[in-house]
Amino acid sequence: MPKIDEYAPAAGRGAIEELKLVASRLKGKTILNVNSTAVGGGVAEILSRMLPMMTELGIKPRWELIKGGEDFYAVTKKFHNALHGTRQELTAADFQLYRDTLKTNLETLDLDADIALIHDPQPAGLIDKKPAGAKWVWRCHIDLSNRQDDVWEFLRGYVARYDAAVISAPAFSQELPIKQFQVPPSIDPLADKNRELTPAEVSDIMRRLEIPLDKPLITQVSRFDRLKDPLGVIEAFKKIQPYVTARLLIVGGSADDDPEGSQVLAEVRAAAEGTPDIMVLCLPPTSNIEINAIQRASEIILQKSLKEGFGLTVSEALWKGKPVIAGAVGGIPLQITHKYSGILTRTVEGTAYWMKRLLHEPAYARKMGENGREHVRENFLLTRHLRDYLLLALYLESGGQDFIHL
Amino acid sequence: METKAREPFRFCTRLTLTEVTGRRAFNVDELLEGIKAADDAVIYHHTHRFLKQYHHLVPEGANDFAYWVSNTLQDDRLGEELNSIDIVQYNSLADIRAAFVGMLERSLAGNPGAPRAVAPGREFHFMRAIRFSVPTDCVAGGYAEFLECLRRVDVSSLYLHVFEARLRPPYGVDDFSNWFRLNFGDEALGAEISRLDPYSYTLEGLRQRIIKVIERRLAEVEHA
Repeated sequence: MPKIDEYAPAAGRGAIEELKLVASRLKGKTILNVNSTAVGGGVAEILSRMLPMMTELGIKPRWELIKGGEDFYAVTKKFHNALHGTRQELTAADFQLYRDTLKTNLETLDLDADIALIHDPQPAGLIDKKPAGAKWVWRCHIDLSNRQDDVWEFLRGYVARYDAAVISAPAFSQELPIKQFQVPPSIDPLADKNRELTPAEVSDIMRRLEIPLDKPLITQVSRFDRLKDPLGVIEAFKKIQPYVTARLLIVGGSADDDPEGSQVLAEVRAAAEGTPDIMVLCLPPTSNIEINAIQRASEIILQKSLKEGFGLTVSEALWKGKPVIAGAVGGIPLQITHKYSGILTRTVEGTAYWMKRLLHEPAYARKMGENGREHVRENFLLTRHLRDYLLLALYLESGGQDFIHL
Repeated sequence: METKAREPFRFCTRLTLTEVTGRRAFNVDELLEGIKAADDAVIYHHTHRFLKQYHHLVPEGANDFAYWVSNTLQDDRLGEELNSIDIVQYNSLADIRAAFVGMLERSLAGNPGAPRAVAPGREFHFMRAIRFSVPTDCVAGGYAEFLECLRRVDVSSLYLHVFEARLRPPYGVDDFSNWFRLNFGDEALGAEISRLDPYSYTLEGLRQRIIKVIERRLAEVEHA
């Protein structure tokens, strides 16, 4: 794992010094994280990188996993989908299974800590055994703006007893008797997906993937999902083809284990058929460095989503200093200020218009890309994410004052 | 002229944590009611966050209210008026709030009828800033040390000493001008820094501007 000082070139020396100063006020404190998985998924990915940083800063991080059978995870998967706004049928037995599983976990988990961050719905019920004097935060990574009422009401009974809740975007806030804080997610600038690559590394990878660089590349990287609107991307590209010289690259996962994904992939291939300047590429899920290289080789990056959670892929693209055209949905408008750090669109026509404009105005596109990278540097890097958690811990320990002098 | 400060200047940095109040506005009426009900931490967030979060951008969109009215509600005229509220001339957050309230009330009075509203998902969210001030290890005892620190500190420090300082006693005065005046009796430098309108620069642009002003003054002091 990289050391904190290795983040200075990306985050800025000042940000690293700030982080150290804030952490020094929490030296020796134990911060417990509880979630449902140690590998896979955004939460585990962030924790596996953030916790070693806490240790280096003199804080004692702990990480516990909630355990349950397949039936428990089937229920919490339904919770997750329902909170995201996809209608689910939940029975009284489902809710009881959740309570029973949490009860079993309460008997085995060590919840001793000064501060606890409890991630997402699966472990929310652990609040029943919150130690006296500890400060507990429910960290919700889910977009709750279209949540299903019965599931939320059930969870709310637990969440309302926490000291605070943390959400990723203001639109995800709910009516709660506790304070809610906004802490957006982050990208790790030193991970393979985002680290700096030399031009030679980029060229080698592009050659290996057989992606020609004879024309400017316009790229969308996302799984083959209708909500990412790959067909809309192709339609927009076809509209500008008479006026521009460019190649469209649609990159996604192989989708073997996802029937809907396979169907969308087939539709995308059909739509691209007969248009040699549209390439469709399937990459295995471990292709982080390849995605990084593709983004760096692109002139414009698209994220034409119709619905998004936070949409952190936008920050990943902005971090490469590229002009990004993205759907104005979910957390994307927090990452892009229209016409300053990227372009927000709502239609196929708008996307086509801006692709053409940016190809024809490279200086403007470059400036916007630079702005986007600076915006990510300031707001969406892992170091800022950790700093926000530490500030929250200090706030809770201070008794909740609006001004805190450290 | 003194060359060593009686009281060294310790650069501090300002960090904020964002609290979501849950209050939302879908039109100008609701925006006005929300601003009327807002405490200082809310006004501070929406009139100062932009400076730091978007500090690398050209000095556009000085406050969240104006940005939302212009870009989301698409009321260009009112957006322009809100954007032109000269935050630098107010010495308290209460005065800044009153300026926004006055502007919105005048606009509503002049445009009776149902206000334009935005679709769900594009509403304005009222937030609060929990503020932390953190001392850094940059301490200056004279002009040259001050310059060295100013080049080194994070822009968050500028934010605290230039923007926020004006909102606490002595009101309307930034910490830098105040320090040069109190420790070196340097009214000329104090006046020159005070005259800068910090809200019309990016933070980095402001840093470079202040550095230039002090460099020039340092040369004069050394040759005096």
